[in-house]
Amino acid sequence: MASIMFYLLSLILLTATLLCIFQRNPVHAVLYLVLGFFSLAIMFYLLGAPLVAAWEVIVYAGAIMVLFLFIIMMLGLAPQDRPEGPGWQRWLPFVILMAAVLACTLVIIALDPAATAQGEPYSLGPQDFGEALFGKYALAVQVVSFQLLFAAVGAYNLGRIQRGKGKP
Amino acid sequence: MIVPIGHVLACSAALFAIGLTCAVIRRQIIMILIGVEIMLNAAALAFVGGSAFWQQVDGQVFVVFLMAITAAEVAVALAMVVYLHQRKRTMIADEFNRMSG
Repeated sequence: MASIMFYLLSLILLTATLLCIFQRNPVHAVLYLVLGFFSLAIMFYLLGAPLVAAWEVIVYAGAIMVLFLFIIMMLGLAPQDRPEGPGWQRWLPFVILMAAVLACTLVIIALDPAATAQGEPYSLGPQDFGEALFGKYALAVQVVSFQLLFAAVGAYNLGRIQRGKGKP
Repeated sequence: MIVPIGHVLACSAALFAIGLTCAVIRRQIIMILIGVEIMLNAAALAFVGGSAFWQQVDGQVFVVFLMAITAAEVAVALAMVVYLHQRKRTMIADEFNRMSG
C-alpha cells in the first residue's frame, strides 16, 4: 500500500513541477511548487523521515516559498492582464492535484492513525535524529549557523545600497 | 525499503532534470531561482532515499543542512533580486550584461 502511495505521490510531484516551470505568472509557479513540496513531504514520511517531512512543510513550503511570494508581490512581477478562457480551466489542474495530495494524506492517516508501522520499517524518531545532529555533527551545525549569520549580514548589506549612490 | 532505491533515484533524477530545464530555459530571475530550488529538492529526495536504503541517520541530517543552506542562499539571492530591480526595473536576466567598476 505504501509503495503504491509513493508512486502516486511521485507522479503528482513531477506533474506539479512540470506545470510549475511552464507558468507565465510567477505567483502560479510558486503555488504549484508548494503543492509539489507537499507531496514531496509525504514521500519523505513514507521513506521513514517524519521529522524531515515536517521541516519540508514548515521551512520550505512555509518560509522559503512565502519569501518568494513576498518578493514577487512587492516588486509587482505578476502580469496584470487576464488570459482568455473561463477561469476554471486555469485552476482545475491545481485543484485536482491538491485533492489527490489530500486524499493520499487522509488514506495514510486512516490506515494508521497512531503512525506506528506505516511506510518504512526503518523510521527515525526525533531522539535519534537529535543525537546524531548535535552529537556527531555538532561542528557542522555551528558552521551552518555561521553561514546563516553571514547570509543575514549580506542580505542587510545589499538592502542598504541606495539607488544612485553606487557603493554603500 | 518500500520501493527499490533505483526508483527513488529515478524520481530524483527526473526532478533534477525538470529543475535544470527551468533554470536554463526561463529568462526571468525569479523563475531561475525556482529552478535552483527544484534541483535542491531533488538532491534532498536522493539523500532521504539513501538514508532509508542504508538505514543510517546521516542522510536525513544532511537534508537539514541542505535546508539551512537553501535558506541562506534564498535570503541573499532575493536581496539581490530587489537590488537589481531597483537598478534596472526589469527581471529579465539578459538585461544584466554590463559591468561597471
